[in-house]
Amino acid sequence: MAALTEEQSLLKDQAQAWVREQAPVIKFREMRDGGFEQAFAPTIWPAMVEMGWTGILVPEQYGGSDLGYLTFGVVLEELGRQLVASPLFASALVGASALLLGGNDAQKKNYLPAIVDGSEILTLAVDEGPRHAPARTALQAKKTANGYSLSGAKTFVPEGIAATTFVVVARTRGAAGAPAGITLFLVPAKTKGLSRRRLNTFDSRGYANLDFANVEVGADAALGTVDDGFALLDGILDRARAGLGAEMLGTAAQAFDMTLSYLKTRVQFGKVIGSFQALGHRAATLFTSMELARSCAEGALQALDAKADNAAELCSLSKSKVGDFLHEMSNQLIQIHGGIGMTDEFDAGFYLKRARALEALYGNQAFHRDRYARLLGF
Amino acid sequence: MSEPDRLSDFRADVRVWLGENFPPSLKGKSLGIEGDTAGLGKDLQIWRERLARKGWGAPTWPKEYGGAGLSHPEARVIGDEMARIGASNPIPMLAGMGVTMVGPTVLEYGTEDQKRRHLPGIASGAVRWCLGLSEPNAGSDLASLTTKAEDKGDHFVVNGQKTWTSGADISQWCGALVRTDPKLAKHDGISFLMLPMDQAGVRTRPIKLIAGASPFCETYFDNAIAEKGDLLGKLNDGWNVVKRLLQHERQSQTGGRGALGGERPAKLEDLAKKYVGTNDDGTLADTDLRARLASHLMDSRAHNLTIARITAEAKGNVNVSAAASILKNSATHVAQTRSELTLELMGAQGLGWEGNEFAKEELATVREWLFGKAMSIYGGSFEVQNNIISKNILGLPETTQKG
Repeated sequence: MAALTEEQSLLKDQAQAWVREQAPVIKFREMRDGGFEQAFAPTIWPAMVEMGWTGILVPEQYGGSDLGYLTFGVVLEELGRQLVASPLFASALVGASALLLGGNDAQKKNYLPAIVDGSEILTLAVDEGPRHAPARTALQAKKTANGYSLSGAKTFVPEGIAATTFVVVARTRGAAGAPAGITLFLVPAKTKGLSRRRLNTFDSRGYANLDFANVEVGADAALGTVDDGFALLDGILDRARAGLGAEMLGTAAQAFDMTLSYLKTRVQFGKVIGSFQALGHRAATLFTSMELARSCAEGALQALDAKADNAAELCSLSKSKVGDFLHEMSNQLIQIHGGIGMTDEFDAGFYLKRARALEALYGNQAFHRDRYARLLGF
Repeated sequence: MSEPDRLSDFRADVRVWLGENFPPSLKGKSLGIEGDTAGLGKDLQIWRERLARKGWGAPTWPKEYGGAGLSHPEARVIGDEMARIGASNPIPMLAGMGVTMVGPTVLEYGTEDQKRRHLPGIASGAVRWCLGLSEPNAGSDLASLTTKAEDKGDHFVVNGQKTWTSGADISQWCGALVRTDPKLAKHDGISFLMLPMDQAGVRTRPIKLIAGASPFCETYFDNAIAEKGDLLGKLNDGWNVVKRLLQHERQSQTGGRGALGGERPAKLEDLAKKYVGTNDDGTLADTDLRARLASHLMDSRAHNLTIARITAEAKGNVNVSAAASILKNSATHVAQTRSELTLELMGAQGLGWEGNEFAKEELATVREWLFGKAMSIYGGSFEVQNNIISKNILGLPETTQKG
C-alpha cells in the first residue's frame, strides 16, 4: 500500500474486518442463488451508511468526511477482494463526484446529504451501445417551455435497478460522435416516461437498460453547463475509472492470494505444485504484475486527490494496467486450480466473471490504451 | 525545523554550490563512461576533485570514509539538482563496481582497517574496482565456482579463471569470489577476497560483444596474491557476503538511484511520429505500433510509479529490499522493449552498423539494443530473479537443485 495516513489505515482495518465477518464471498453466492431483488444483500447498504463510507468524498457541510479518493480506494479494494455487491461505488463515488464536479449549491444541498444517508442511490447512465463510447451519446434532450424532454435509451447502467436518481448523459446539440453538445441531467428514477429493464449478466449485479420516452425534467435538472458537458463527463468518468482500478486490484489480489495458497498446499507427484519451477515462475511474474498494477491504481487515486494536471492519463493507466493484470490473474486462478477451478462450487468462477464485467465497464484496456495515446499526443 | 524545511534549505545550499562549482563546459555531457579515465579533460578532473572533496561521490557514506554522511533523501536532492542543470556525477562510473556494490558491502562486512584503506579511493573516483564472480562454468549457478585460494600464512595464493569481469583491464582492484575449502558443501567453502590487479599473477583479456565494444574481460589468476587483511567477511562465509553484494547490484539496476544526468532522450512518441508519420487526426499512421507503443509507455510509467511508491512506503529510505528483484525485472523489460520499439520504428535506418548514411542516434540505438540484451542476463538473469521472488518473497519451495 501507499504510505497511508493513520485515518486511512484505521479505515482499511475496519473494512477488512467488516468484509471478512459480514460480507465474505459466500454472501455473494447466496445473493446469486437467492436472487435479491436489488442485486445486493439488504443488510449491506445500511451497514455501509452506518460506517460512514457513503460520505468519504462528501464535504463536512453536507454530512460527509471529505477524505478523498485514495481513502475511498482503500475501501473499494477490500470490497473487491470478496466481490461485495453494493451501490457504494455507483452512488457514493460516481454519483457524488458528479455533484461535486458539476452541481450548483441547490443540487449539492439536495443530493449530497441524501447520498451520505443512503436515502438516494445515484448512478451514471452514459453508454448506449455494446461498447463504451461517451462521445457517441445520441439520447436527445429537447428544450421545452419549462425545461427539457429526454428521448432515447441507455444500456448497461450499473445499479440501474436500485438507483433512485440517474445522472443521464444527453445530447442537446450536434450529432452523435461529437464531444460538443453534451449535457448532463439529474433524472429521478420514478419520472414519468422512464422505464428500466433488468439485465441478467454473468456477474449477477443489478445492471439495467433504460428507455426514455419524452421524459420531462425541469431546467434545474441540468448538471453543469448546457451543451458543454463533455469535460464534466470526462472528469466523472475518470473518477469512476480510478475507483474501478481500486476494486479490480482487490479482486485480482484476492485471486492471487487464493492461487498462491493453492500452490503451497496442492500435492502432485509427491510434492507441492509450487515447487515446480514453471509454476514458481508464473507466480513470480504475476506478483511482479500485481506490484506494478498497485502503483497504477494508487497513482491515479492520488493524482485525483492532488488535482494533478495529468490525472486523466493516470486514470486511463490504472484502468488499463490493473485491467490487464486482473484479466491474466483471473485466467490463472482457474488454470492453476485445475479441475476444481472449473466447478461452480468453488469461487474461482465468480472472480473470472466479475473480472470481465469490471474490465468492460467505463472502457476496457484497449479503450484506455487508445485514450492514453491521444492524451500523450499520438 | 520540520523535515521538509530542512530538505528545502539543503536544496538551496546544493543549488548555490553547484552554481559555483560545476564547470559549464560539462553541461549535458555523460561523464566517466567505461574506459574513459585516460582521456579525462581538465574540467572533468576539476569537477571530480570538487565532488570528492565534498564527499558527494558516495554522499550517504560516513565522512571518515570519504562520504558526506548525508541521508538518502538528501542524496536524492543532490541527484535531482544535478539533473536539473544537466550535470552528471562521474565518480560512480570512474569507480567501476566500487560505489554501487563493493563499497556498500565493505561498509557492512569490512574491518575498520579495510574501510579506511578502500572506501576513500572509491568515494573519490580515484580507484576503479572490478568484480571476479562468474566463471566459464559458473554463471547462474555461481556457487559451483572453482577458482581457488590457498592459505599461505600471511596471504592467499589465487588460481583460476573469472569471466564477465566488467572493466578488469582498467581496474586497480578486484573483489573476487574464491573457493577456500573444497571439502565443504558448495555454498559453504567460498570466501570473498580483495586483491590488486597490478601484479604478475593477474592477466586480463577483453571480450568483444555483439554490440561491438569490449566492456567485459576474462581474468586469469595464476598464483595471484591476496593479503590476509583483504579477506572480506569471515573465511568460508563468502556466499553470504556475495548475496548481499548482489542485492546492492540489483538495487543499482532498478533505475531507483535517480538520473545520472546528461541529455534527456527524445520522447519515443515524437520519434515514432517522425519516422512513421501521422494520420489526419494526429494519430500514428501504424495503428499496431501505436497500440504497442502506448502499452510500453504505460509499462514505463507503472515502473516509475512503483519506484516512487516503494520509496514512499519505506519513508524515503530505500535500502536493499525484497523489491529489488521485481524492479530489476521490470526495469529490464521496459528498457529492452523500448530498444526494440525504437529499432522497429526507425525501419531501415535502424539497421546501420556504422557510416555517414546513418544518424548518430540511429547508430546509438543499434548499439543500445544489442547491449541491452545483457540486462536480462547479468546481475542474476531474469529467471534467477524469478527464482528469488518465488522463494524469498512468495515463500514457495526451492525450485533449483542445491548441493
